[in-house]
Amino acid sequence: MKRKNTSLYIGLVLAGLVALLVVVGCFWTPYAPTAMSGSAKFLAPSWRHWFGTDNFGRDIFSRVMKGAGTTFFISLCTVAIGAAAGIVVGSLTGYFGGWVDDVLMRLNDAMTAFPSILLALVLISLLGPGKYHIILALGLVFIPSYARVVRSEFARQRELNYVSSARLMGAGNLRILFVHMLPNTGPVLLPAIVIGFNNAVLAEASMSYLGIGVQPPDASLGYMLSESQSYLGKAPWYALSTGLTIVVLILGFSLISQGLRRRKRRRC
Amino acid sequence: MLEIQDLHVRFHDSDHEAVRGIDLTVNDGEIVGLVGESGSGKTVTAMTVAGLLEGDRAERRGALHLDGCDLLHCDRETLRAVQGKDIGVVFQEPMNAMNPLMRIGPQVEESLLAHTKMNKEERRRLALAAMADAELSDPEGIYGKYPHELSGGMLQRVMIAAAIVSEPKLLLADEPTTALDVTIQAQILLLLKKLNGEKGMSMLFISHNLNVVRKLCSRVAVMEKGKIVETGCTDQVFYHPQADYTKRLIAAIPTRRKIK
Repeated sequence: MKRKNTSLYIGLVLAGLVALLVVVGCFWTPYAPTAMSGSAKFLAPSWRHWFGTDNFGRDIFSRVMKGAGTTFFISLCTVAIGAAAGIVVGSLTGYFGGWVDDVLMRLNDAMTAFPSILLALVLISLLGPGKYHIILALGLVFIPSYARVVRSEFARQRELNYVSSARLMGAGNLRILFVHMLPNTGPVLLPAIVIGFNNAVLAEASMSYLGIGVQPPDASLGYMLSESQSYLGKAPWYALSTGLTIVVLILGFSLISQGLRRRKRRRC
Repeated sequence: MLEIQDLHVRFHDSDHEAVRGIDLTVNDGEIVGLVGESGSGKTVTAMTVAGLLEGDRAERRGALHLDGCDLLHCDRETLRAVQGKDIGVVFQEPMNAMNPLMRIGPQVEESLLAHTKMNKEERRRLALAAMADAELSDPEGIYGKYPHELSGGMLQRVMIAAAIVSEPKLLLADEPTTALDVTIQAQILLLLKKLNGEKGMSMLFISHNLNVVRKLCSRVAVMEKGKIVETGCTDQVFYHPQADYTKRLIAAIPTRRKIK
């Protein structure tokens, strides 16, 4: 019986919507996202300003497009760093076991013992705020979660016959790890990466919300959300539009991840 | 050719030995059967011979030589030079012995990739030849397929092709027919026998199925609880079993009589 994977499709549509905004935002925005106007402060949403304007009279829709782009960029880089390092750590520990496993996984445990946002905050306070420092800090903090997922997959596969069989034919460790085993971690790794992207979006938003993330005049969704808080009574559309964009983004990616996992289950 | 003397294997996480001092010889061109019930140490023996149990997983004592080359105390590089080139292995479950995300062809070529400097065309040519030797119809078509597109019997032939592609001296067959249905079993056995005859490949054939062993092997060793309790020519072991365990094993062969 073939059932449609609804959550995957809805997720793709929602995330695709935000992604479209971001891509278009790279080239064109309805207004310059930093253009201020004294006469156009706190305008309610209208045909001219879809999401209204903020305290400096800037068009919120344009700023959301740019801000989502920044959030996207930071999250993507974070996930890339976290996943790449996590794959290396996880594959080595899962495949070789022994002291490599003990040392790296204890380090991993030590990192997991701290709440990830807190750890990232410490790193940021050492590095100083800024876009690239956030990427670095969050990337490092995200390594353990990937390492754990990848490790368990490699440890499971190590006992499977096709890995033994490749070894018996004289294939080297690197070839076994990355040609034979890594592609087979896909069904587990892919949903983890998508969820990780979500966590990165939330983490970046929290950091920017706390004021140690993206610095003005750059905009990011979290930064805009923290800014909008002061005008919640006066201009509720500011908080609402930024917040909803984050919600749609997160929901989209969660659904994609769920859909991917379901697809994997069905195939088995 | 393959000489095992007083081999002991003990896994690090267990306090008793899985293999407790066995002696076994496989001569050139011979098919030797290793029978016994599950847990008797057959597979552990095979894994040790193939070099899958390295020092970090199990403690091994005794001597294990393949054509004079010590496989028990050599370094990883020497072992790798032997694996796939001198020893080929056919597993029990063809379904999970193949990488599900890799096409058949490259998997058959794996040992060529590891041991030779052949280019792609040469490897492909040899792989197709090995697949034809394994009596796969339409090797060209199967070459580009994925494992899930083939049946169990075909996959077992693919496994055999992968094991013989670099013409090893010794083929380890660990219950190669257990997961297959009876008609396919017979075909695979015939194929193994043919390979033994045509290429002079020695075989260590592991099975719990006495009928199969009787058809295929010239000599047989019976294992119980990590020890070899009896070895000898197949006919002698079957018609004049000495050890109690062998007698019980033979009595347990299902016959046409109904179970009362």
